[in-house]
Amino acid sequence: MTIELEVLLIILGMALVTYATRWLGPWLMSRFKLSHKVEVWLGYLPGTILISLVMPDLIRSGLAGIIAGFASLVVARLSGNLFLALVVGVFTVWVGRSWLG
Amino acid sequence: MADEVEEETQEIEFSRAGLWIGFRESLPVALSVFAYGLVFGVLARQANLSFLEAVLMSLLVYAGASQFTALGLWVHPLPALTIILTTFIINLRHILMGAAIYPYFRNLKALPRNLSLYFLSDESWALTMGQFQAGKRNGAFLMGSGLALGIGWVGAAAVGYLLGSAIDDPKRQTLGSGFRLPGGLYSLTGGSMARSEKRPALDCSGPGGGGGLLLAAW
Repeated sequence: MTIELEVLLIILGMALVTYATRWLGPWLMSRFKLSHKVEVWLGYLPGTILISLVMPDLIRSGLAGIIAGFASLVVARLSGNLFLALVVGVFTVWVGRSWLG
Repeated sequence: MADEVEEETQEIEFSRAGLWIGFRESLPVALSVFAYGLVFGVLARQANLSFLEAVLMSLLVYAGASQFTALGLWVHPLPALTIILTTFIINLRHILMGAAIYPYFRNLKALPRNLSLYFLSDESWALTMGQFQAGKRNGAFLMGSGLALGIGWVGAAAVGYLLGSAIDDPKRQTLGSGFRLPGGLYSLTGGSMARSEKRPALDCSGPGGGGGLLLAAW
């Protein structure tokens, strides 16, 4: 149960810059009066960010990952159940990797 | 038109009941975060962090991708500045996520808002935006969700670290847990497409997916 000063300082530094990234978005937005155009732009952000978070991992995880991605998507759309979609996705990757190597 | 949007986002409620809703609805995702967090605990041990250091990092930084990257840079003598700068760059995406959540958060008081922002993560953000876009005005959802995921993430770091000696290959041992992020977020995307009338997720899959492809290639 030890902690080195150097490590503690690095962790605190990481925590500080990370919180800064979380806080900066709303702060920057609050500095400006939002025009309608900006509001519309903001409305398109969530889907775009979501897809750009998902795609690299999906492609990196190869064929099994892509198949599982579609399986998750289909289950999520049909059932609306997040947990079910998650289980199906993980299970499909597992089966896929066992078969495809 | 602009006024319409503004009025719509005026009302926001921050309540204990709302906190609980966020917590409860994030439990399935917390489970997969736990699996992912186990891997972090195991790798932190292999990188020669102490138990306390590993748990403290998960607690204070609370951002998976950057923590894994930090472990990759964890070679003595520690490149402190490189680690911190890399962490900042990897987490820059939070700025866009925070900007997207701002219209719903702007009428929250400073304290609950700034505390909530500590819990901003890919998963909690996606779940929270799903709530907002479905018309709900629960300002405490993000914090509730972040608490659920945080307990999973920090707890898993501790458990993973303690189990670390028994596990040699974390990737194989946790089966499909490497699929956590795509699996979890893909479900969220599918869910938001099924629910939202405007289908922003679908509309944006072109440019967003293209950006993702580029990133993957890079």
